[in-house]
Amino acid sequence: MNEPLLRIRGLHKRYGSRTVLRSVDLDVAEHEVVCLIGGSGSGKSTLLRCVDLLDVVDDGTVHLGGTELTDPRLDADVARRRIGVVFQAYNLFPHLSVLDNITLAPRIVHGVPRRQAEETARGLLARLGLADKERDHPDRLSGGQQQRAAIARALATEPELLLLDEITSALDPELVGEVLDVVADLKQRGMTILMATHEMGFARQVADRVCFLEDGVIREEGTAEQVLTDPRHPSTRRFLSRVLDRR
Amino acid sequence: MEHGTTEPGTAGPENQAVPDRPTPTPAPGTPAPGAPSSGAPAPVAPATGAAEEEHRPSPREQERERFRRSRRRRDTWIAALSTLAFLGLLAAAAVASPGWDRVHGLFLDAGEFRAALPEILQGFWLNVRMFLVAEALILVLGLAVALVRVTRAPGLQPLRLAATVYVDVFRGVPTLLLVFLVGFGLPALRLQGTPSQPWVLGVIALVLSYTAYVAEVLRAGLESVHPAQRNAARALGLSGSQTLRHVVLPQAVRNVLPPLLNDFIALQKDTALVAVLGPLEALRVAQIKADYDFNYTPYLGAALLFIAVTVPLTRVADRLQRRAAQRTRAEAAR
Ligand SMILES: Nc1ncnc2c1ncn2[C@@H]1O[C@H](COP(=O)(O)OP(=O)(O)OP(=O)(O)O)[C@@H](O)[C@H]1O
Ligand SMILES: [Mg+2]
Repeated sequence: MNEPLLRIRGLHKRYGSRTVLRSVDLDVAEHEVVCLIGGSGSGKSTLLRCVDLLDVVDDGTVHLGGTELTDPRLDADVARRRIGVVFQAYNLFPHLSVLDNITLAPRIVHGVPRRQAEETARGLLARLGLADKERDHPDRLSGGQQQRAAIARALATEPELLLLDEITSALDPELVGEVLDVVADLKQRGMTILMATHEMGFARQVADRVCFLEDGVIREEGTAEQVLTDPRHPSTRRFLSRVLDRR
Repeated sequence: MEHGTTEPGTAGPENQAVPDRPTPTPAPGTPAPGAPSSGAPAPVAPATGAAEEEHRPSPREQERERFRRSRRRRDTWIAALSTLAFLGLLAAAAVASPGWDRVHGLFLDAGEFRAALPEILQGFWLNVRMFLVAEALILVLGLAVALVRVTRAPGLQPLRLAATVYVDVFRGVPTLLLVFLVGFGLPALRLQGTPSQPWVLGVIALVLSYTAYVAEVLRAGLESVHPAQRNAARALGLSGSQTLRHVVLPQAVRNVLPPLLNDFIALQKDTALVAVLGPLEALRVAQIKADYDFNYTPYLGAALLFIAVTVPLTRVADRLQRRAAQRTRAEAAR
């Protein structure tokens, strides 16, 4: 395999005296979907935030397509334009309509003319089943619709890499499916995705690889099939039996 | 299966079968092997409109609606009658009071009112202009002070200190006192270029006083915006100032619009304080008229003009307050 799109080496992150990520190495190849799994507080969100430079790393490097994102001389605002992110909640801007939410970054960051930005946005909304919602404000949408709109917004700037942080964990079970459908569709279209999830069934369906994180350390990494059905590491086994038991 | 309940419609690559979800237009003809789920999210959204338009209220609902309407009519009548009765009682009490004749002559002289109103109105136009000028300055300066107070840039520490002292001091001093201090103190300094028109001095005093209040309101607004919103904006590649302008500030202002409007209403009234410096604004004109004829009716004229402006503004503020409360409830209910 040639150079991966995202290359993380020896990543360290501390909050105060607490080490949250310890020597994390992770590669994501182009068109690959990698799922991060692990218990609450294991560092999944922190890892994604470090990749998007929303947090400053304490050691190690992150490369995106040959550019070192962790280089302090790099303009973080510029680097972030190549990455799309959807968080667990509070994604959309409540004072803007769905359409304006999606066109904001293309227009003011990338200088796309309004008309063209809206055309692209409408295409995305149609694709995500939100064609009739473009004029609505986020508080008029269901949770699942909000997350799909957030995905549309992340896609509007045509990012090379998509980071998804437990985008379904704030949703009612019956809304989870519609959001995950969208992610499965993105995979089909060749999007490169690094996502934190606690939907093990979904991880098994879409993930090319699964990483199990515990206390900021990647304990196990492998194909979805292997990690989820035949875990090698005892703590992976413990974690899986715990989450699967709850169902 | 371990993913039984939560992934109802996920059609993965190895799972070509369209899930058993109700699809309005089932297109089983060509399930293109490359795109199993591209059409899947669609069915959840539409399928409302038509059914709702055709709905006809049932007899039961019509009856309920008739009842609600008659109840509303009755309530309106009760409200109107009780208000009338109350006002009548109040008027009767006033007229029956021993000093009524004197008050009637001194405060409610129709001829006096008609004679004074045009000039008071002219004076009021100055109030309106002072209000508009002061308001524009207050918004700009108040925002600047608020931003200085919320930023954490270490280089701005002296400015931040100055802003804090300014807000503390000027919120503590009565506005009328400030009008005196600026109106008489500033010209006494005899500095080059200090304005000398009393209305300008009055506006300066009002701006100094109200900027402190408005800055605090805006600061509360800035702090009320969820930090995740800033992160979301930065993640989209917006710069710090773009985030402030397009994401944080609009939400901050929206969140504090009702208190902001209340401050505007107070400011509109407080333009009358400038009367002590002598410019011919509504209160000052009314005062001159009243002194001239020994009749206080002109004051009533000035009061009515202020009310005519502040009451609609108050109604707007109330409406915004209600809307804000509704929105907060809607957001909390998610
Ligand atoms: N801003 C912060 N300041 C201090 N500690 C933090 C901060 N953000 C996260 N942490 C700590 O870092 C650890 C990892 O947090 P993180 O959010 O990455 O976990 P997670 O794996 O995403 O958990 P979850 O599944 O609950 O979302 C936690 O112990 C958390 O308390
Ligand atoms: Mg998390």
